[in-house]
Amino acid sequence: MSALSALVGTRAARHTVLPGFGPSLGFTIVYLGLVVLIPLSAVFFKTAGMGWSAFVETAFHGRVLAAYRLSFGGALLAALLNAVFGLLVAWVLVRYEFPGRKLVDAMVDLPFALPTAVAGIALTAIYAQNGWLGSVLAQWGIKVAYTPLGVIVAMVFISLPFVVRTVEPVLQDLETDVEEAAISLGAGRVQTFVMVILPALLPALLTGTALAFARAVGEYGSVIFIAGNLPGVSEIAPLLIITKLEQYDYAGATAIGTVMLLVSFVMLLAINLLQRWRKSRMGG
Amino acid sequence: MSKNTSMPTHSRRPVSEPALIRWALCLLTLAFLGLFLFMPLAAVLAEAFRKGTEAYFSALATRETLAAIRLTLLTAAIAVPMNLVFGITAAWSVAKFDFPGRSLLMTLIDLPFSVSPVISGLIYVLIFGLQGWVGPILADHGVRVIFAVPGIVLATIFVTFPFIARELIPLMEAQGREEEEAATVLGASGWRTFFMVTLPNVKWGLVYGVLLCNARAMGEFGAVSVVSGHIRGLTNTMPLHVEILYNEYDFVGAFAVASLLALLALLTLAVKTFLEWVHRDEIAAALR
Repeated sequence: MSALSALVGTRAARHTVLPGFGPSLGFTIVYLGLVVLIPLSAVFFKTAGMGWSAFVETAFHGRVLAAYRLSFGGALLAALLNAVFGLLVAWVLVRYEFPGRKLVDAMVDLPFALPTAVAGIALTAIYAQNGWLGSVLAQWGIKVAYTPLGVIVAMVFISLPFVVRTVEPVLQDLETDVEEAAISLGAGRVQTFVMVILPALLPALLTGTALAFARAVGEYGSVIFIAGNLPGVSEIAPLLIITKLEQYDYAGATAIGTVMLLVSFVMLLAINLLQRWRKSRMGG
Repeated sequence: MSKNTSMPTHSRRPVSEPALIRWALCLLTLAFLGLFLFMPLAAVLAEAFRKGTEAYFSALATRETLAAIRLTLLTAAIAVPMNLVFGITAAWSVAKFDFPGRSLLMTLIDLPFSVSPVISGLIYVLIFGLQGWVGPILADHGVRVIFAVPGIVLATIFVTFPFIARELIPLMEAQGREEEEAATVLGASGWRTFFMVTLPNVKWGLVYGVLLCNARAMGEFGAVSVVSGHIRGLTNTMPLHVEILYNEYDFVGAFAVASLLALLALLTLAVKTFLEWVHRDEIAAALR
């Protein structure tokens, strides 16, 4: 691997006099390979070893399908909810002035910093039958904790910062000239927002939503406490991997892991394409 | 951070919404964030102190809780420096040089962000477990990785892998390489260039990356849960200890340990905000 980087290095070195390209790239690739790529490849080797029919049987079994439905469907709903509210939060933080704005802005990063297990038990305490909100909602017959609704609440929490943090900088750099032009040409505020502002924010908004979805799909720590984990109803796919591992069913765990990894890779590809689109938009 | 690059002047902005709508949007935002951010934090504290301060501190002072705190500190003390060295090296090669496959490398560095924590643990079980690739060989030599501390450290390194590189790469990219090239042409060695020119330029991004990396290292749950085996006093980190106490209906204990982790999160955010505030001109200049 370092031979490869040295080869690449001689070509790149022509562009700059800076030293250390070969060693730093070599170390980066070796460390990346040892810590990330080789371990991840184990999932595919293990799956390849179990044969196609066994793979399909485990990875697309009825209970597993229900878990995918909850993980992917819940993550999609959570991401969409965050697309709407994230845009709102970013808008209010960038455009309006109100007391405590700095504090609120800083707190948006909380889900990145707060351990997921802490978020999980806190949300469960709030939405349980005797919790602050759970007891109120129970009067209307709404149950959140230990239902699929609880799974979505936890997913909204952990993916909350993504849309805000991707939209915020774009909104800040948005020139108001275009808006002024739209207004002076007779557009209403709503029309200006939909026809002028939203299209400019769209790439960032989609990137943030995709990031939120990718994060929520694989989430485990915050979800398992509030989910109740009823098989077929409120059981997420990552939990099934753990259940299979506890039964020493490594092949079964890996088969589900493969499906989830493939979805992650597709999401990563989509996010990269979105970001490329964003850059080309900003350049033009 | 890019907030400081533009200069939002409110007087220059005649286009805005009616006051009523502005207020409504502000209130809606605060209600949403209050529900999802502030209420969980308040719930952690309320539950931890439900039976008074005495119960809170005695819940924290148990032998097993202290062992969990020690293991969490040890794990972070290994994982963060390793990823710090990696992050700086990776940022140097990716941000200061052009080469084919550069964007692919950047995508691969980000990979652990998009992998489910549970899978991050699973991959190490497949390699170091007793049925894994090298697990049996290591077991013959009396080395245990899975259900032991090395597995916890490895899974933590995987999960926190991109944090520091992620912070540094855009910052070092934005600064270009003219300053470093000048230093090199004037005869400074590579290390000297790095320590005297590059490092001072990116130090706040670096500090923030380390903080985030540390917060995640201490708080990781899913990946660590898969490889730990949950042996009390031995392979139990703080987040895992929260789960054990919670499942045993020791709610005061669970929320007491959780409150320490929440405090860590708040400290991380506070230091980040403070750094951004104190060095806003510097950060803006660096990004320009």
